[in-house]
Amino acid sequence: MNNILNQIGIENYIFLSVLLFCIGVFGVLYRRNAIIVFMSIEIMLNAVNLLFVAFSTYHQDAEGQVFVFFSMAVAAAEVAVGLAILVSVYRNLGSIDIDNLKNLKG
Amino acid sequence: METKLALVLLLSPFVGFLFNVFFGKKVSRVVSGVIGTLTVVVSFLLSICFFAQLNLNGKPFEISLFDWIQVSNFKLEFGILLDQLSLLWLLFVTGIGSLIHLYSISYMHDDENMHKFFAYLNLFVFFMITLVIGSNLLVMFIGWEGVGLCSYLLIGFWYKNQSYNDAAKKAFIMNRVGDLGFLIGMFILATMFSTLNYSELKHAVAAGDVNTALLGVAALCLFIGATGKSAQLPLYTWLPDAMAGPTPVSALIHAATMVTAGIFMITRMNFLFDLTPDVQNIIAIVGALTALVAASIGLLQNDIKKVLAYSTVSQLGLMFLALGLGAYTVAVFHVITHAFFKACLFLGSGSVIHGLHGEQDMRKMGGLRKAMPITFWTMMISTLAIAGIFPFAGFWSKDEILMVAFEHNKVLWIVASIASIMTAFYMFRLMYLTFFKEFRGTEEQKHHLHESPSLMTIPLVILAALALVGGAINLPGSMWLNHFMEPILSGEHETHHLGTQEFILMGIALVGAIIGIIWANAKYIKQAFVPKVDSEIVGFNKTIYNKYYVDEFYTFLIVKPINSLANFFRTTLEQALGKVVFSLGTVANGLATEGKKLQNGNIGLYLFAFVIGVCAIISYLFITHTAQ
Repeated sequence: MNNILNQIGIENYIFLSVLLFCIGVFGVLYRRNAIIVFMSIEIMLNAVNLLFVAFSTYHQDAEGQVFVFFSMAVAAAEVAVGLAILVSVYRNLGSIDIDNLKNLKG
Repeated sequence: METKLALVLLLSPFVGFLFNVFFGKKVSRVVSGVIGTLTVVVSFLLSICFFAQLNLNGKPFEISLFDWIQVSNFKLEFGILLDQLSLLWLLFVTGIGSLIHLYSISYMHDDENMHKFFAYLNLFVFFMITLVIGSNLLVMFIGWEGVGLCSYLLIGFWYKNQSYNDAAKKAFIMNRVGDLGFLIGMFILATMFSTLNYSELKHAVAAGDVNTALLGVAALCLFIGATGKSAQLPLYTWLPDAMAGPTPVSALIHAATMVTAGIFMITRMNFLFDLTPDVQNIIAIVGALTALVAASIGLLQNDIKKVLAYSTVSQLGLMFLALGLGAYTVAVFHVITHAFFKACLFLGSGSVIHGLHGEQDMRKMGGLRKAMPITFWTMMISTLAIAGIFPFAGFWSKDEILMVAFEHNKVLWIVASIASIMTAFYMFRLMYLTFFKEFRGTEEQKHHLHESPSLMTIPLVILAALALVGGAINLPGSMWLNHFMEPILSGEHETHHLGTQEFILMGIALVGAIIGIIWANAKYIKQAFVPKVDSEIVGFNKTIYNKYYVDEFYTFLIVKPINSLANFFRTTLEQALGKVVFSLGTVANGLATEGKKLQNGNIGLYLFAFVIGVCAIISYLFITHTAQ
């Protein structure tokens, strides 16, 4: 079996994935610009996708890759909706700083 | 055919009720009254038909209309039973009912709610018929409750007066106490015999092998029911107050018919009471005591209707005395004659009140004999009857009760005799104060004195005639009623043979009555004594005038404790419970106020919480996983 995991070990994928996820988390927590928050979320999503694919290969099972396709499709749809919301927010408030979005206050 | 006729007999007054409820306001008062009267007359005529038929073939008519309740081995039908007892009751209920309806057309003619009055009156007759013709105890109970309801509605008919409403409530609540006894008695019988049908019960009891102790409890409970409805000690206090209702109501419900329901029930269940001599003794003693106590209160009352009310309680006591001594026929005989003369007396007093525009205090009457001759003479006949003067109806029936009492227990005989003498006294006191001497009311009233219209005097005359000759149904020689009632009574009942002892007893009773009359005559005619105003009554008289303070005693014993208990619950317990509940609410409220601060709309904070949460979950999973 000529497996790519023989060349680069599975642990490297995991480290990369965790790193990407943490970058995403900190991006979400520290940035105030809604688009960057959005991008950070996408990074987290892709980190998870990467992990999926890596384990899928590791287990010699295609199911994980199938899930990744699904989650990519869903992410694409989510981006479309999310960006549309941001456009609408910008039109209404003239800014996309998430500190200004206080209408959800209970 | 007979079933249909029986149904018409039952439902005719109900149709009258429906008409008066739904259309009574649209038609004129007279029409509503006439229809109310006619529906009862229909019932009366049908009762006569059934009565004649029963006299011909002697077979009681029993029909089951439908199966009502069926639970495992307990089965109950909704049935009609027209036998000797129920037909006797039907005859005088519908007969006197018709007369009183007729009377009411005139008596109530200027009342704006006349249609309502007739609706209630019709409903009452309907329920009374239900009570009488049911073939089992539960049907009787429907009627029993129904007449109680109508009694309540009619006592409080002039609902704008708060004290009348109170009287109505009092009657209802007092009756509820008795009704509970009735219910428990019924439950015991149903458990013991799995039936409530009279004839089945009779067979089951006659078959022997029953727990007499439990049977005694059942009989006692039924008797408690009877004390409520028939105003016996200790539940009699509602009846005098019930005089708040219009006078025809007092005549029909609180003198002639409804209050005799207890006697009907005990006579109906005679096979049961015959087996429980202890309960019979209680009934006799309660009856005699009631007769005495009520008669003594009646001696000093000044309200014309109150006198008659206490007289009713006292007479009912005599009937219960007869029941307790096992002389059911005698009790029924007195019920019938009493219905005649007491209805007549009440209607007569109504006529007087009508003539005086609502005045009920006898101290402000007097000398009405000339102004109201028909009322005077009819009331005089009835008074002679109730006092027990030969040969009026009351003489025969009361005399039989005294005879029975003499045979069984001399003490009871003496008590009953004293009550009879008192009866003669206070009835003649009533007559003397109302109809003799000079008029003591205002000049204006004197000016308007008039005999009542003929619609009111005709029933009076008919009832007075019945009070005159009503004793004929059970004269010592013929004993028609005894023979007629024989099929429905289980035990052996002796009939009196006229001997020296009986004549002597009759003589004593007559002398007693005459003593009462002479006593009244001496006091109210010779001395022209007029009862004092309330504040001047002193000593023992005051105790009697205030009805031995029984109402006050009940207030002290029952009403006050219940009120203070209720007050305790309201001021203390409810407050405490309320505090607990409210503090729970306060806690929830406080938590919510604090929690609200978390939700400040800052998305950064939300995201932070989100990440912390995820981290916490992952840490938790990690820790638990490695721990394994």
